[in-house]
Parts: sequence; structure tokens; C-alpha cells
Amino acid sequence: MHEAAGDHSQGVDMEIWDLHCHLNGVPGNTPEARLGRLLEYADRLGIARLCVFMGMEFTYDPSPERLKEENDSVLRAVRAFPNRAFGFVYLNPKHRQASLDELDRCVRDGPMVGVKLWVAEQCSSSDLDPIIERAAALQAIIFQHTWLKIAGNLPGESTPMELAELAIRHPHATLICGHSGGDWERGLRAIRPHRNIYADLAGGDPVAGLTEMAVRELGSERVLYGSDAGGRSFASQLAKVLGADVRDSDRQRILGGNLQRLLRPILAKKGITV
Amino acid sequence: MKPSSRFAAAAGSQTRRAFLQTALAAAPATAVSAAALAVPGSKPLRTAEGLIDVNVSLGQWPTRRVRCDDSRELVARLRRLGVSQAWAGTLDGLLHKDIAAANNRLAKTCHQDGKGLLVPFGSINPKLPDWEEELRRCADLHHMPGIRLHPNYHGYRLEDPAFLRLIELATQRRLIVQLALIMEDERMMHPLFRVDPVDTAPLRDLVQRVPGLRLVLLNVHRTLRAKPLLELIAAGNVSVEIAMLEGVGGVGTLLAQMPGGRLLFGSHAPMFYFESALLKLKESALTPAQSQAVGHGNARHLLTS
Repeated sequence: MHEAAGDHSQGVDMEIWDLHCHLNGVPGNTPEARLGRLLEYADRLGIARLCVFMGMEFTYDPSPERLKEENDSVLRAVRAFPNRAFGFVYLNPKHRQASLDELDRCVRDGPMVGVKLWVAEQCSSSDLDPIIERAAALQAIIFQHTWLKIAGNLPGESTPMELAELAIRHPHATLICGHSGGDWERGLRAIRPHRNIYADLAGGDPVAGLTEMAVRELGSERVLYGSDAGGRSFASQLAKVLGADVRDSDRQRILGGNLQRLLRPILAKKGITV
Repeated sequence: MKPSSRFAAAAGSQTRRAFLQTALAAAPATAVSAAALAVPGSKPLRTAEGLIDVNVSLGQWPTRRVRCDDSRELVARLRRLGVSQAWAGTLDGLLHKDIAAANNRLAKTCHQDGKGLLVPFGSINPKLPDWEEELRRCADLHHMPGIRLHPNYHGYRLEDPAFLRLIELATQRRLIVQLALIMEDERMMHPLFRVDPVDTAPLRDLVQRVPGLRLVLLNVHRTLRAKPLLELIAAGNVSVEIAMLEGVGGVGTLLAQMPGGRLLFGSHAPMFYFESALLKLKESALTPAQSQAVGHGNARHLLTS
């Protein structure tokens, strides 16, 4: 029997950091207003910090101009709440130089701490290599959306298996498997051998067993809480951790400890103390 | 005593000693305790009523074992988390052709293991021969207050005349009709176990044709949202629950759009983490009246109306 497994009877206090939030799907006409609303909901559930990426509306295959526009929205939002939110820069590997320029602008020279890659191009492509190399050099963590859909993925949508290929080429990069592949019973297996890939719990239904399998197969130090708010509910995603039959020490790592550990180097470089 | 009032009475004795300690507490900004989802330093709102969860299933899902797919464990856990009554269907009812045996087991389990908490909602498949007898048994033999339907797993569409006859007969017997639109995300189903969501397009007209029908839609919000959902709710005595409701502040947003008396608490446990539904009540800034209505008041009214 786990210590306090699932009953939370020990009452461990923990600061919750949410890996995976968006401005899309939230009421408000400005980035600042939307992040403010997100934080109101986060406050009600005791979530301390949010990682935010992508703009006011989602774009599958953004042009360089669109990338800059979306990243500007995130910059505005996180600058309005510097003690509550971190930004990840949204990049498109099809536009290599523009992406490297955005990486420099928003992470090297700006306040952002991570990279977001979505569905413009499969992540096994060599187009990603210079982006991953530079992000790793900056100690930015790299969030790659993944899904395994039974009816077929979007044209540029990545799978956890493709992320595994990327991880082999870049063993020193910190890679996050978005949504644990959606079909997490297969996705977690695909990333299991690759120690530099971490599992994001966000964005799917709160199906019982997800967190337990992730902890069992990866170890809790490789599992990260995220919500995918505002399209998803903080509540449904937080429940995946608070309702799981895992040890409280595992829960603490997943809800914030792991993300704090992964971000500590880049935050230190930026002089940010948390 | 009519069937529904039997269960209402049982639930009433239970709720008097139940406390809802967790869902309605205000949270501080930066820390949460895992202790029963309560937040240190906050004031949990105690009420004399426990939650009524209208969307619980007994049995094992064919492609996955989950915590609490044992009925005794489920009852114990629901009770610990503030539930005083759970409307329970049987997962055997999706695929078993001997649905009478499935309903017998459901009724027996609710009686033996339910400890006053589980309320059985039997499965009816109107494509099986002599399904009317099964409906009679649910009402007269098992004294169930309602039934649960899975048209997509039973291979019929709502345009099928058998569905109209079923909801008419159920209404004549004063049975609540629960209609599950989907059981899991269609994108990640097992390749040999793919089932489309129920097409609800004909439902508005059917609801209007059956006066007195009390319809509860389960696992709704993934496939039915916005105007079509609101129009269906307005068509008759149609309620929905929150298990698959998503988006930040979803409960509050939905309550701003629909009659407050038609939103019910549902968890889809044990297939979903129960805490998801519980925390949704906390994520939205609900008034005490809204929390109590969604948490138990609306379901109790439906059960006794």
C-alpha cells in the first residue's frame, strides 16, 4: 500500500506549477486580460505558476510573421504577471531561420524559458535539429505536442515514437512529450527508454490510470502536471494527479517539483528566483 | 411506495450524516494540500447533504482495469469523498446479450455492496427480443428509479422506432431515462472496439413527443455543445451532467447559459478520476445555491418529481 495512496491523508503542502496553458479558449480581448482570467481560475485551485504558449488563436502552420505575433501576445501576458507565469516561444521548423531568430528574441534575449512545437511538422524531421541544439544550449526545455489518433493524425502532427527518434539525436536536450501521446497506454511505452523525455499529463480526458502508469513505467521524476487550459479545465487535469493512487512524494514531484527542477538552470541564468 | 421514492428515502437517511467538505472551499493562491482536496487555511463549507453522482458505472471496462472497478472499493471511496448517493449503471450492459443477468447482478450489487449509496439504473437494449419484459423487471422486480441506454453500443440510432417506444414505455412506468452519448474519447479507442458517439439530432423532436419524459444525458459535452445542447435542454425535462464538461470555469459558464435546475453532478467514475467532477465545482465561482443545486438538489428533485 502506498503512503497515503489516493486518500491524501497526509495533507502535504505543495506549490503547483502548471506546465501547459494557452491564452486561447479564455475570455478576454487582450493577452493580459486572458492570462488574468486564467489566473483567477488557477487561484481557486491553488495553482501557483502557469507556463503559457501560443497566441490568442491557434495556427497549425504559422508563417514567420504569425509566429512573431503569437509570441508577442505571450510576452505581453507574462510581462503583466511576472511572478505567476512563464512563457514558451512558439516555433515552426519549416521556417528555420525565423524560428532561430524568435528563439533568440524571446528566450536568449527575452523572458521566455521554453520552446513549444505543435503540428506544423513531424518532430523526427532533421529540420528540428538546429532549433533543438540552440534551445538545449540556452537550457530551454522543449515541449513537443504528440498524439496517436486511431483515425489518423494531422499531416504534421507528431507521435511519441517520432519524439523518441528526436531524443536519440539530442540526448542532452530536455524534451517533453505533450499529452503523453494522447493514447497514453502506447505513448508512455514509446518514450519509456529515453531518459531525456518527460511525460506531460495534460489535455486528455481524466481517464483513471494515466498517472499510475506514468509513475510505474517512467518514475515520478519524469512526469509533469499540465492542464491545457483554457480549452481544458484545470479541475479535470489536476484530478489526474490528486486522484491518482500514487505516493504523496510522487504527487509532489509531478505537481511542481519536477518542473521547478527542469527550469531551475534557465531561471538562474535569467536571475529569476522562485 | 413507488420505486423512485424507495431510493429517495434510502438516500435521505444517508445524506443526513454526510458532509460535503471538499468541493466548495475557497483556495489560497499558491499552495494546495492534498488532504482530501481540502485547502489548509480555507473554510470548507459543510452541508447536511452529500453529493449525488448521477454517472457511476459498476463492473470492468473491457480494455482497461482501473482503481475502484470493484464495487466495494468504489462505494468506500465515493463515501470518503462526500458522495451520499450514486446512480449506477452496469458496464456489462454495453456488450452482454444476457442483459437480464447483467441487471440482476447490478441490482444485487447495489443492494449488497451499496450500503445505501448505490442506486441501480438497469440497461435496456431495445434491439433484443422481448426487451419490454426487461423494462418491466427493472421497474417492478428491481424497483429501479431509472434505466441507462447505450444506443451506440447496442447498434441503433435514435430514429429507430424502437427507441421512441422505449422512452414512451419508460415514461409510463415513471422511470428516469439516462442516455450515454459516449463512454470514451473516440480518438483513442481500441482499434477493435471503436464506437461512434450517439447522434442526438433526432432527440429534440422525440423529447417533445413524449410528455413526462425525464431524460438525463450522460457524457455529453464532448460531442454536444452550445446551441444544439441548449435547444435540446429547452425541449423538455432534459438534464445534463458535468463529467465530460471541459474548459476553464466550465460549470459557471454553462450555468450562465442554461436553466440552473438542469445541471447535475456526474463523475463517470471509476473510468474517470472522481476528483475531476469534484474540483469543477470549485474551479467556478458558484453561489452556495448553485453548488447545492448541482451537487445534489437538482438530482434529488428529479428523482422525486
